[in-house]
Amino acid sequence: MSIAKVLGIETEYGIIATGVDSSPVTSSSLLINSYVSRFDGTIGWDFDAERPGSDARGFSLDDVFPQDIEMNMVNTVLTNGARYYVDHAHPEVSTPECRTASEAVLFDRAGEEIVRQSMDAAKRVLPAGAELVAYKNNSDGKGNSYGCHENYLVSRSTPFGELAALITTHFVTRQVFCGAGKVGSEFEGMPSSSVAFQLSQRADFFEEEIGLETTLKRPIINTRDEPHCDPMKYRRLHVIVGDANMSEVATFLKLGTTAILLAMIEDAQLDSSLVLATPVAAIRHISHDPTLRQKVLLDSGKTFTALELQDALCERAERYAQKFGLESVGEEDGKLILRRWREVIEGLKEDPMSMRHVIDWVAKKQIVDGMSKRHNLQPTDSRLKAIDLQYHDMRADKCLALRANLETMINVEDALLATTTPPDTTRAYFRGMCLKKWPTDVVAANWDSIVFDIGREPLRRVPMMEPLRGTRQMTENLIAQSSTPAELVAGLGDQVSISSFKPTN
Amino acid sequence: MAEKIRKQKNSKERASTEDAVEAKVSSKGEKLKADLDDLLDEIDEVLETNAEDFVKSYVQKGGE
Repeated sequence: MSIAKVLGIETEYGIIATGVDSSPVTSSSLLINSYVSRFDGTIGWDFDAERPGSDARGFSLDDVFPQDIEMNMVNTVLTNGARYYVDHAHPEVSTPECRTASEAVLFDRAGEEIVRQSMDAAKRVLPAGAELVAYKNNSDGKGNSYGCHENYLVSRSTPFGELAALITTHFVTRQVFCGAGKVGSEFEGMPSSSVAFQLSQRADFFEEEIGLETTLKRPIINTRDEPHCDPMKYRRLHVIVGDANMSEVATFLKLGTTAILLAMIEDAQLDSSLVLATPVAAIRHISHDPTLRQKVLLDSGKTFTALELQDALCERAERYAQKFGLESVGEEDGKLILRRWREVIEGLKEDPMSMRHVIDWVAKKQIVDGMSKRHNLQPTDSRLKAIDLQYHDMRADKCLALRANLETMINVEDALLATTTPPDTTRAYFRGMCLKKWPTDVVAANWDSIVFDIGREPLRRVPMMEPLRGTRQMTENLIAQSSTPAELVAGLGDQVSISSFKPTN
Repeated sequence: MAEKIRKQKNSKERASTEDAVEAKVSSKGEKLKADLDDLLDEIDEVLETNAEDFVKSYVQKGGE
C-alpha cells in the first residue's frame, strides 16, 4: 500500500552583490539576516539529528566529513515552518513539509516572496545604490551549478534499488515539461556554442546514475538516507536532478507526477519495461534537443523519444489511478496532476511552442528566438545569455519570467500569507505555530523536533517523528489552550524528552 | 440541373468556410505575433543594458 506522499522543495538561489564588494557567503548571510532581523527572536537550527552522510545503501560518511563547518552560518526556522539558511555560498529556502503538490507550489511561491522581501530589506541596510540580487536558477553559465532539490516521503519497505531503477526514466525524461531552459552548453569538454538552446539548466552536470554526492560527480539518483522522521518506517527520497522552475504549473507537475510514480512503485504498479540503458548520456542528449526528436535507448533494446516515454508513463499512471485511486497524493490534486500531465504531453506533441504559457524552457526559448530575430543576434551574443539569466531575476521589475504570460495557480495574497503561516496538513503546522506563539521560548527546531525553554532546567525536546502528526486538526486546541510552553509540554506528557541542545550564541 | 446548382452552392459554401477558417487562423497568427512583439518590446526595455558585463560578472560558487 503506497503511503502519503509528504513532500517539499529546497531551492538554492544564485546571488550577486552590485555596488558593494561582498563575498557570496557574506551576501547570503546578509540577505537572510536582513529578513529575519525584522522579527523578534531568531530561532536556531538544531543539528543534533542531521546525518547528510548517511547512505541509503547502508554506510555512513559522517565521521569523515564533520558538519561543524556550517555551524556559524545563518540558519533559521520561519513561522511558516520553512528553513531559511546559507548553504555553501547560496541563500536557500526549504519549504515546510506539505501534503500535496499544490500546497508545495504555494510554499515555493512563498519562498520567492521571502527572498524578494529579503532583497528589499537588505537594500535598506546597504549603502545607497548597492543591492543584493537573487536568481532562482541553477547555473551561472560557466560550469557552476547549484540545486533545487525535491523531497518525497517513501516507505522503508520498498527496496531502494528497485525504487531507484524504476524512477530514473522519469528523472531523465520529465525535463520536457519541467526543464527551465538554458542558452549554451556547460558539459565539460563541449564548447558552449555547440548547443544553442537546451531544455534543462542541470542536465550538463550529471555524471553518475546513483550515488551520495551532490556537488561533484552528481548522480541522477541521490542516495542520501536522512529521513528526518521514523527511520524504521520511512525514507525521504532526496531528488537533486531537477531545475528550479519559475512556472508554477511546471513546479506542480514536477512534484505531482513524481509523487504519483513513486506511489505506483510502492504499489508494484510500475514495471521495468521503460528502464533506460544509458541514463547519464540520455539526460544530456534529451536536454540538448529542443525539437524533442532525440531518441534514447532502453534496456529492452528499443528506442523512444523522451516525449514517447512520458506518454507511456502518464498512460500507466492513468490506469493506476483507475485501479488504486490517488489518495497517497490527495484525490483532488491527483486528478488535476493527471489532467495537466496529459495536457502538456499532447501540447508538446502537437507543437512545443503551444506550451509557452506553462513550460519554462518554451517560454524562455520564445524570448531568445524572438530577440535573436528582432536584433539579428549571433548565437553567441551576450544578450541571449543575459535573457537566460534575467528570466530568473527575483526583482519583480527585472524578472523576464514575470513578463512571459505564464499561467499562475497561486494568487499573490495567498503566497504572502504563506510566508508566515504554516500548512495545516503536516507537522510543519505545530513547528510554525509554536514559533509564532512562543518566539523566545523555542530555543531550537529542526525537521523532526522542537526544543523549548520552559523557564527551568533542563530544556525540553518535543520529537516529531511522524510527518503527519502535529497537523492543525491534531494540535490547534492544545496550542490554543496552553498559555506557556510549560503548559504545552505538560499537555504532551510522556512524548517530551530532555534536550541536550546547547545554544551556540 | 438542380443537382448541379446544389453542388455549386456546396463548393461555394465550402470555399467561404475555408476562407473563414483561414481568416481565423491568420488572425490568430497575427494576434500571436502582436503578443510576441509586445513581449519583446517589454524585454527590450528591461534587459540589462550592458549584457556583456552582466553575463561576465554573474559568477556563482557551486552549491548543494
